[in-house]
Amino acid sequence: MSQRQVLQVFEQYQKARTQFVQMVAELATRPQNIETLQNAGVMSLLRPLLLDVVPTIQQTAALALGRLANYNDDLAEAVVKGDILPQLVYSLAEQNRFYKKAAAFVLRAVGKHSPQLAQAIVDCGALDTLVICLEDFDPGVKEAAAWALGYIARHNAELSQAVVDAGAIPLLVLCIQEPEIALKRIAASALSDIAKHSPELAQTVVDAGAIAHLAQMILNPDAKLKRQILSALSQIAKHSVDLAEMVVEAEIFPVVLTCLKDKDEYVKKNASTLIREIAKHTPELSQLIVNAGGVAAVIDCIGSCKGNIRLPGIMMLGYVAAHSENLAMAVIISKGVPQLSVCLSEEPEDHIKAAAAWALGQIGRYTPEHARAVAVTNTLPVLLSLYMCTESSEDLQVKSKKAIKNILQKCTYLPALEPFLYDAPPNILKHVVGQFSKVLPHDSKARRLFVTSGGLKKVQEIKAEPGSLLQEYINSINNCYPEEIVRYYSPGYSDTLLQRVDSYQPLIN
Amino acid sequence: MATLARLQARSASVARQYYYRNSVVDVFRKKENDAAVKIQSWFRGCRVRAYIRYLHRAATVIQKRWRGYLGRQHYQLIVKLAYYTMKMNLYNAMAVRIQRRWRGYKIRKYCFNYYYLKAYLKAVSETNEAVREALEEFADMKEREERKADLEKEEKKRDYQARKTHYLLSTKQIPGVYNSPFRKEPDPRELRLQKAKPLTHPRPKVTPKRSASLRNWLECTRARSFPRSAVLPPIDRKPCQGPFRDIAEVLAQRYKPLEPTLRVAEPIDGPKEARAELQRQEWTRNVQDNLFLPFSSYHKSKKHIPAMHLSSKYGPDSYGSRHFREKNPERWICDKDFQTVLPSFDLFSEYGKLYSKAGQIV
Repeated sequence: MSQRQVLQVFEQYQKARTQFVQMVAELATRPQNIETLQNAGVMSLLRPLLLDVVPTIQQTAALALGRLANYNDDLAEAVVKGDILPQLVYSLAEQNRFYKKAAAFVLRAVGKHSPQLAQAIVDCGALDTLVICLEDFDPGVKEAAAWALGYIARHNAELSQAVVDAGAIPLLVLCIQEPEIALKRIAASALSDIAKHSPELAQTVVDAGAIAHLAQMILNPDAKLKRQILSALSQIAKHSVDLAEMVVEAEIFPVVLTCLKDKDEYVKKNASTLIREIAKHTPELSQLIVNAGGVAAVIDCIGSCKGNIRLPGIMMLGYVAAHSENLAMAVIISKGVPQLSVCLSEEPEDHIKAAAAWALGQIGRYTPEHARAVAVTNTLPVLLSLYMCTESSEDLQVKSKKAIKNILQKCTYLPALEPFLYDAPPNILKHVVGQFSKVLPHDSKARRLFVTSGGLKKVQEIKAEPGSLLQEYINSINNCYPEEIVRYYSPGYSDTLLQRVDSYQPLIN
Repeated sequence: MATLARLQARSASVARQYYYRNSVVDVFRKKENDAAVKIQSWFRGCRVRAYIRYLHRAATVIQKRWRGYLGRQHYQLIVKLAYYTMKMNLYNAMAVRIQRRWRGYKIRKYCFNYYYLKAYLKAVSETNEAVREALEEFADMKEREERKADLEKEEKKRDYQARKTHYLLSTKQIPGVYNSPFRKEPDPRELRLQKAKPLTHPRPKVTPKRSASLRNWLECTRARSFPRSAVLPPIDRKPCQGPFRDIAEVLAQRYKPLEPTLRVAEPIDGPKEARAELQRQEWTRNVQDNLFLPFSSYHKSKKHIPAMHLSSKYGPDSYGSRHFREKNPERWICDKDFQTVLPSFDLFSEYGKLYSKAGQIV
């Protein structure tokens, strides 16, 4: 009798604890409750519950903590300051898989906010236990651990180095090879976060043999997995020529182009980023991409999406064209220029416009043929308007000016140049008049056309300082025509004619 | 004497005569002198002119010869130069021809092969076309697959719906809702219902005692997903069931401690802990609690008590730091002072004085 009563007290207490912790965990899912919970001192109450004798309570307490810490960095800091981490780390190694998952969730939630918090986790020695969790049998535990490691490594190179030093990479590479899609996804994202900081870290990832496994999964039907895979590959390839060549060696090339046709926007974006990171290194790599038909695929991809997803593709075209004349020609014959000019005029955001302007400048700067290809798409007036527009950002203005200059200096396609005589500012007018002065002496048809279209008249109206470059160009244009015509088109000629009428003595027979 | 006397007698008249004659001639003297000068100048002029003419003629001859010589030499030079220029022009023209041919050949062959470039660009555009086509096809295939999957899903759903609403099927007596007697044909749904098999009653699910759906709510897939398990773990945990094994063994099996890898098992602050351990041991073993302090500062204030048999004074010796010779002059071997053997070094004797930039002492 008395024994039962005693036990009943305990049972009630246990029930109350369970209920409390469950309610707190439930309340923590809603952002509006967080403040109240915090003010009520939930941290200090949850902490002892982490050490509870009942595993369910422990797990639920950890879960509640994780949700709180996930919410904002103040709470995450409170978790760190409350000395909860060492307990978590200790029990992470010992408890069952549910608890491990919950503890890894807390670590992830704390570590994602700032490098300092992530450093605090590292200082607790959590990395070693997390790495042990990567060896766990349960895929859920592995996933949680990989997730936490990825969030820690994401912040900076030192933290990544710490993760690498803990020996996580070989295990993450093993995780990629697991059958669970979610685990693969998280492991690939962790590898991407590690590789993104420095060439050395990327090299470590490569040394662990990650590329081959990553490259195999490009054709995986899961879109989110593809995103992470492509991002990891591009983070590896971005650092150096060697690494980019390693990525290319994995024979990603015709395969990765299929990702450019994917339904998922981010897959497209990451695939174009990967191609861009590879193309930017050397002319040979760009050539390889061109030969594989990558440029056409990227151009199609640019045409099929909007906004920021286009940006890496646009930059990739610019990088390819920047390497050499022939590659720029390859971009032109892949019909890249019309697509870029569409981007230039359609996109609302300045940075995308700036990238498109830069790419067009890179394409048009080599020979008159290149410049002509750019000019016939009627891009130059758009570039000029972007340059003149006061609302454009400074970067956009600089880039469009540079592009205009690059193209104009090679352009011999006069119909495109002529509008510039009327509405270009003096610093650009100089180049336009210069091009005319170079072309007109050698082309009689153009000379005729130049007069009839009123270009000559406009040139006479330009006020140039004597001795300046502009004046020289104007003189050389004037030298292409008979003096009467030049005089006829000079401003004020009608007045002088009238004066002559006034002063003329009529002949009377 | 007489002559003398005569002469003296005549002297007066001579003087007069002399005066007289001079005064007569004086009138013509100037004129005659001028004439003489004129004659002389004319003569001399003729002579000098003739001489100069002679000299000029001689100079002309010399100059003629010399200039002729120089001119011929210059002419030779011009001819040589012209010949050389002509030759070089020819050579250059020929060299240009050769270079033109060669460079054209080389560029066309190796650097800018127009036909090759053309072929390359053509190949690139062909590849592009092929890639575009292939990708299009790929996308189409994906689309088709997706549509097919969607259709299948839809079909399944409809089937399920039909099975669920199988009771709407018309019987022999009463037409169902989809089989209006006023219509010619029954609704297609009616046909579906005919084909479908009615859904059997779901068996009451056997709920697992402890909810294994902990996974679900750990992943926060649903907002209210807590296992509201009525059954709490027993507090009065009984000893293990069955007498199969030794209890200690079972417990050891159940609560197996973590066996981390060696690297993880080893604490990070190993040396620190080892040091602490050493210190702890020393604390336990120490007999003497006073610290043994290092010499330098501790003994400074203490006075040294010399040994009984020692005669020398204890303390720092000034020899070597302040002087280099015995202080007591009586112990010197020779009674002279030390002398410098080597001459003093100039620069050091001027040490501490001011120097100008040129190295002179100011």
